Amino acid sequence: MEGLEGTLAELRDTFQSGRTRSVAWRKSQLRGMIEFVQDNEERIFQALDQDVGKHPVEAYRDEVGVVAKSAKLSLSCVEKWMAPRKGDLPLVFFPASAQVMPEPFGVVLIMGSWNFPISLTLDPLIAAISAGNAVVLKPSELSPTCSSFLAENIPKYLDPKSIKVIEGGIDVCEQLLQQKWDKIFFTGSQRVGRIVMTAAAQHLTPVTLELGGKSPAIMDSSSNPTNMKVIAKRIVGAKWGSCSGQACIAIDYLLVEERFASDLIDLLAKTIKQFYGENPRESKSYCKIVNKNNFKRLLDLLTDPLVEASVAYGGSVDEEKMYIEPTILLNPPLDSQIMTEEIFGPLLPIITLDDIYESINFISSRPKPLAIYAFTRDEKFKKQILSRTSSGSVTFNDTLLQFLCDSLPFGGVGQSGFGRYHGKYSFDTFSHEKAILQRGFFPELEPRYPPWNSFKLHFIKLAYAFNYIGLILLLLGLKK
Amino acid sequence: MKVPINKQAQYFARQSHQKQKKKTRSLLFFVYFNNTIQHTIDAPYYRSFQERFSKALSLYRSIGEMSTEEENQTVFDVAAASMLTKELRDVFASGKTRSYEWRISQLKSMIKMCEEHEEDIADALHQDLSKPKLESIVYEITMLKNSCALAIKELKRWMMPEKAKTSLLTFPSSAEIVSEPLGAVLIISAWNYPFLLSLDPLVGAISAGNTMVLKPSELSPATSTLLAKLLPEYLDVSSIKVVEGAVSETSALLEQKWDKIFYTGNGRVGRIVMAAAAKHLTPVVLELGGKSPVVVDSGIDLQIATRRIIIGKWGCNNGQACISPDYIITTKDYADKLVDSLKKELETFYGENPLESKDISRIVSSNHFSRLTKLLDDDKVSGKIVYGGERDEANLKIAPTILLDVPRDSLIMKEEIFGPLLPILIVSKIEDSWDVINSGTKPLAAYLFTNNKKLKEQFVMSVSAGGVTINDIAMHLAIHTLPFGGVGESGTGSYHGIFSFDAFSHKKAVLYRSFMGDAALRYPPYTLGKIRLMKALMTSNLWTILRALLGLS
Repeated sequence: MEGLEGTLAELRDTFQSGRTRSVAWRKSQLRGMIEFVQDNEERIFQALDQDVGKHPVEAYRDEVGVVAKSAKLSLSCVEKWMAPRKGDLPLVFFPASAQVMPEPFGVVLIMGSWNFPISLTLDPLIAAISAGNAVVLKPSELSPTCSSFLAENIPKYLDPKSIKVIEGGIDVCEQLLQQKWDKIFFTGSQRVGRIVMTAAAQHLTPVTLELGGKSPAIMDSSSNPTNMKVIAKRIVGAKWGSCSGQACIAIDYLLVEERFASDLIDLLAKTIKQFYGENPRESKSYCKIVNKNNFKRLLDLLTDPLVEASVAYGGSVDEEKMYIEPTILLNPPLDSQIMTEEIFGPLLPIITLDDIYESINFISSRPKPLAIYAFTRDEKFKKQILSRTSSGSVTFNDTLLQFLCDSLPFGGVGQSGFGRYHGKYSFDTFSHEKAILQRGFFPELEPRYPPWNSFKLHFIKLAYAFNYIGLILLLLGLKK
Repeated sequence: MKVPINKQAQYFARQSHQKQKKKTRSLLFFVYFNNTIQHTIDAPYYRSFQERFSKALSLYRSIGEMSTEEENQTVFDVAAASMLTKELRDVFASGKTRSYEWRISQLKSMIKMCEEHEEDIADALHQDLSKPKLESIVYEITMLKNSCALAIKELKRWMMPEKAKTSLLTFPSSAEIVSEPLGAVLIISAWNYPFLLSLDPLVGAISAGNTMVLKPSELSPATSTLLAKLLPEYLDVSSIKVVEGAVSETSALLEQKWDKIFYTGNGRVGRIVMAAAAKHLTPVVLELGGKSPVVVDSGIDLQIATRRIIIGKWGCNNGQACISPDYIITTKDYADKLVDSLKKELETFYGENPLESKDISRIVSSNHFSRLTKLLDDDKVSGKIVYGGERDEANLKIAPTILLDVPRDSLIMKEEIFGPLLPILIVSKIEDSWDVINSGTKPLAAYLFTNNKKLKEQFVMSVSAGGVTINDIAMHLAIHTLPFGGVGESGTGSYHGIFSFDAFSHKKAVLYRSFMGDAALRYPPYTLGKIRLMKALMTSNLWTILRALLGLS
């Protein structure tokens, strides 16, 4: 594909010219980004409605707002982030100065995902711009309206010499991955994540993989008797309220003590009705399933006979509208697909335990999730969750909000990915931290040089131990 | 006769080959017995017996063959590697390695090991590389001890959760970042600093509370054996394992799922390691090398610069170091002065016959020896040698060699030299060096000698490298407040000091919320008023929030 190589050559030239490194360029691009989302808010809402049926409020909360917030933060902090950091130096190195200076990687590739086709594509772009890179943006082909919208409009607002949007399906991805990049930032599934990293290995390209996983929510009812309503809202919000469960940090399954299960289901059902009305199919606040493949995948999870028998609420589907009702399942078999694969859709299995403390083993015996949510007031339990399970993040008594907290790194661990972004971490993800040591020529320590003898050995040993008194004694001939 | 059977059968057979042997023996006897009475039974039955007999025979043979193999040495294959990782995972799950006390005790033992076996370590390094004792003590043992001492001193601070600010958006809440160990990690190290480059990453992995396998390089066998012997004596055997071996052992290890792989070595193997890691989505740190340039400007204290270059090049394992100067760039009028000074100082350091000097390492292996001589024998550099060039194949020694004004398309300028050869490139003005450097792949280190402040600034801004040292060589490596690691072809990830701890930790984001302040605007059914308020909240502008709440905007 000649066009692609030409595009890359152009980006390399731009980067070499130093254009993208200046503070002025970075700031103008970030301003361009803010302008882009402000000018196109309505059109973004429309595109999102078309691709996944997102309501404008949800679209603002999870996409437009996230991008605007992130661009504004970067705009106000980028100069501070760019400044070299001083490193402390021991006296033996005197006179010298040490610094860590962030520098852009070069030409980077960002591969977005379809569930949040605006924010998960543009948020990494903001990061790459802040760090001063030239960028190729590849929006997901599974959200075609957003993809073509970005391809058409981004060049109007951002420097087309340094930022390119390339659209396309699997074949285009493959061609992109064959090129040499200085960094690849991928958001998506584990399967594709493996392909991306394998391709990156050919060029020793560092990657950030933002994947998913089965993120559990732990419901410790006994320590929380009074806040059930709020909890139910937060659970429903995190399962069905964010792209109908098609979100990497959505709750995948819920752990609760057996004795509280039926009350919880009643309460969740009530909340679902309160949010989406008697017939969620008609609700404007509820997203559709992105495409036929995913619809079928979810249907397969649901129609496993043993799973189907466990449906406690909902379960109806409408293929024409790509609609799956908010569905709660009580204790589906643990070896069924719904409990071994990431669900990524509006099905919520509830697994009951005798004692809520068992949830720790339940979670830690499975692959590391992107997020863990725990509703509890039991401080001992909180500590145990923190120290005995591993996940990208842990949120106590709420859901999804960790995504909006700029001071927290966002990213996975183990099967849920690696690398992190948001806030300053975004900038770091697209920067190389160059170590710089500056020395003068005087004074010069003679014992650094051969021919070696025991005096020199002694001297260096003391210098390494920063034993200055010993050094003076040695030099004065008072120490052997 | 070698009987081909699949891996699983091999594993199964070895696991219980004694039991199997007995079983097979009785089976053979049974078949034999039946054979003797073959005339009494009909043909199809007989055929099935024959089949069973030949199967049993081949299994018996393969077991026999394996057990003789096993008597010679234990085979470390995929099955053994998988048992090993399982064991490590169990230990990790027990939580033992997470405690502060465990980490400190391991670090302290490591220092004790260095102190009690300084001689043994220096001997092993001498055996592997003829490394001068001072170099071994300074660059390997003392560096490691310092690294341990720093970790012991700072560990409490490193382990402490870091408070994170929260915004109005998540009010009321509190947030922190918790460093947690990754689990079971694999460290594959290199032969040039086989002691330091094995154990320094280990310090990071221990500080962060992981279980680990160390695979020392097979090209430095004495150090590898010593590590395999010493580590179990000093460190917790249940969580810190050493696997010795070459390609097949490494491949077996790489097939396993690790929570992190830390590899020090070359780009070719780096690619293999990363591709293997991709299968399990394992993050990697790759500490590779590259052609690290030294730019020498005029008007400097030439003697000091020269001595620093020499000590950084030949005084660090005879150029076999990832951060050693690969080539020099200087201007035409300064080149001769530089060469003269290099010659003079080299003689003071290593005498008239450097091949005899005890203060210089040898080439690690005959493969590397022939690789290096090939670089020297390249037609394109014939007549360019201005100093050195002597070699002693029997003792794997090559003298410090300087080549002046080599063409940029010569072999020596195409690959990382990793040996005692130092080519000098000539540019018409010193600023041209930036382009020379940037036209190649990004090196691990870049050096500049100058008194010109503007040049320094230009160099730092325009040359991309893992680390940069001005007016010295390799010293940035010794400063624990600086991250050490490459960029581009010279690697990914960094370590040293707190960066080592971070390399082996996962930074878990933790958000604490209460049940107060639950805003209805977060939840459906969605309305336009909710959009307005949300916009205001996300800008964290109190005034706009107020206006939105009052319905004014």
